[in-house]
Amino acid sequence: MRTITYQQAIGEALAQQMRFDRSVVLMGEDSTNAWGPTKGLHVEFPDRVLDMPITEAAFVGAAVGAAATGLRPVVDLLFVDFATVCFDQIANQAAKLRYMSGGKVSVPLVLRAMWGTGMRRGAQHSQALHPLFVHLPGIKVVAPSNAYDAKGLMAQALVDDDPVLFLEHKMLYFTPGPVPEEPYAIPFGSAKVVREGADCTVVAVGRMVSVALTAAERLAAEGVEVEVIDPRTLSPLDTSTIYASVEKTGHLVVVDEAHPRCSLATDIAAQVAQDRFAALRGPVRMVTGPHAPVPFSPELEDAFAPGPDQVVAAVLATSAARAAA
Amino acid sequence: MGTSRTTSLTVDQIIEIYRTMSTIRAFEDRLHGLAKNLPGAVHLYSGQEAVAAGVCAALAPDDYLASTHRGHGHAIAKGCDVEAMMKELHGRSDGLCAGKGGSMHIADFDRGMLGANGLAGGGVPLACGAALTARQQGTGQVAVAFTGDGGANQGAVLESLVLARMLDLPVVFAVENNGYAQATPADRHFSGTDMAQRAAGFGIPGAVVDGYDVIAVHAATAEAVERARAGEGPTVLEFRAERFHGHMELWDDQSYRPSADPDRLRADSDPLLLLRSRIAEGTVPGPAAFELDRIDRDATALVEAAVAAAAEPLAVDLAGLLTDVYTR
Repeated sequence: MRTITYQQAIGEALAQQMRFDRSVVLMGEDSTNAWGPTKGLHVEFPDRVLDMPITEAAFVGAAVGAAATGLRPVVDLLFVDFATVCFDQIANQAAKLRYMSGGKVSVPLVLRAMWGTGMRRGAQHSQALHPLFVHLPGIKVVAPSNAYDAKGLMAQALVDDDPVLFLEHKMLYFTPGPVPEEPYAIPFGSAKVVREGADCTVVAVGRMVSVALTAAERLAAEGVEVEVIDPRTLSPLDTSTIYASVEKTGHLVVVDEAHPRCSLATDIAAQVAQDRFAALRGPVRMVTGPHAPVPFSPELEDAFAPGPDQVVAAVLATSAARAAA
Repeated sequence: MGTSRTTSLTVDQIIEIYRTMSTIRAFEDRLHGLAKNLPGAVHLYSGQEAVAAGVCAALAPDDYLASTHRGHGHAIAKGCDVEAMMKELHGRSDGLCAGKGGSMHIADFDRGMLGANGLAGGGVPLACGAALTARQQGTGQVAVAFTGDGGANQGAVLESLVLARMLDLPVVFAVENNGYAQATPADRHFSGTDMAQRAAGFGIPGAVVDGYDVIAVHAATAEAVERARAGEGPTVLEFRAERFHGHMELWDDQSYRPSADPDRLRADSDPLLLLRSRIAEGTVPGPAAFELDRIDRDATALVEAAVAAAAEPLAVDLAGLLTDVYTR
């Protein structure tokens, strides 16, 4: 199979669906002068790639209204941090129109946004805000960790009838991977077991999947076999795959670069503790960014994001708890 | 301020406009007494009927309208079913939005009514989006974005002016200046002189219109809609008409208003009486007074039937709690 980057995979899914469905329109700042996944699409689709003034509240809200009346808008928010300036339109309008209308309307909207640490962009361009959106009923949250999933999940987002926040980790854009040329869609709510193992379940999101895999290699050398699960979609969340793994391993470590409080990590930990407590043979461990803004200094930013050392330590800590018990 | 001198409206059109105003008045003034028995907050529209009726009379049935938290009048003027609306205000499963929207979120997408909105100014971007759909699909539809004098200060509204101008969207911004943002009078919260002045700053034509004068409202809207359909982009219209009641029912004693205000408004600035007097003096075509009386009685009967239907026992379907969150 040919190999393309995560960024190219997203662009390919967009181009393929735009050829198929005339209702798909791209809206964003610098859309026709773009870098990134949408680069060049305005040449093939001059009427459907629309430059927006810097008016996020207006154009995200307009995308909601357009989605409710027959288009399938794909909005480029650039950085997910910018979602905060149009949060009303996401949280109060997009996520609620269907419910408040008694199911009479759907909002097939895709909000694309870069997220995560690693690019030295400081506290306002580096956040992992997905827990804010996972908290909201009515919107789906997608965070692919590799090129194959990025294409398949974007293809699904483009045919899904609900608003979807599609989170593209900025440090994965140039990571290549095998991606089929033909269109394919990956259903939402379907986690992937990235690596099988019998000793400890590690759930990791986005860039943290590769961190977890690195940790798993090191632990394998010490005789600890880690099972790594990539949820791929954060809402809906495939708890059954996570539960099945925890029943097998008896241990859970959740790895996410978002802040620890009221987070995806606490959510997964709590659900497992509530629904599969009997399967646990050690305490659930969370490996996350700290409860602090993302710093600018490269040394500090690297210390912010979880690395393989912390994952190894967390797996060993929960395993040790079993040994002690 | 735009006022009417002449009109090309026919007698039949005037009758329909009056029927809309009368239905809104009957609906809202009945709610004034009923609100204490209803869940939640009810924001009454009485006094502003000429705006909803005049604007919607200039629209086609498939044009779009995004409303405000004070949205009953817009919904009625856009053709929403009065009984289903009344049931919705009671939170019933057989309400217009299955009891999940309520007064501040009433919507009917089948009639282009994109919803009342709990956020001041929140519906304005949605209307721009409906206008974008119309533009992209070449349907010729237009969208009206309602907001109040308070909502007109929202960033989302000002950003929408930029967006609509840059994309030349077929949208009409209808700012209802009803004198107060909740309890704060417009002269203490609204910068500049009026929305027409603001619109000029965004490169958009604008006008200030007497919102008690339905003929003037219709004329200004018809002109704006014509521009929008011709691809000439947005227009901003500020309609001035104070509300007769408080910001909302139950907790608003209106102590912030000059004491005679609501009574003076009812006596001097009732849009229904204004239209009646224009018809009577022959400056506006219309039916005989007894026919208008009959329309008033029909409107009252329609609203009473809706109130009675909404009072019929109904077990709320609790399964609705979890449906319609997602399409699947």
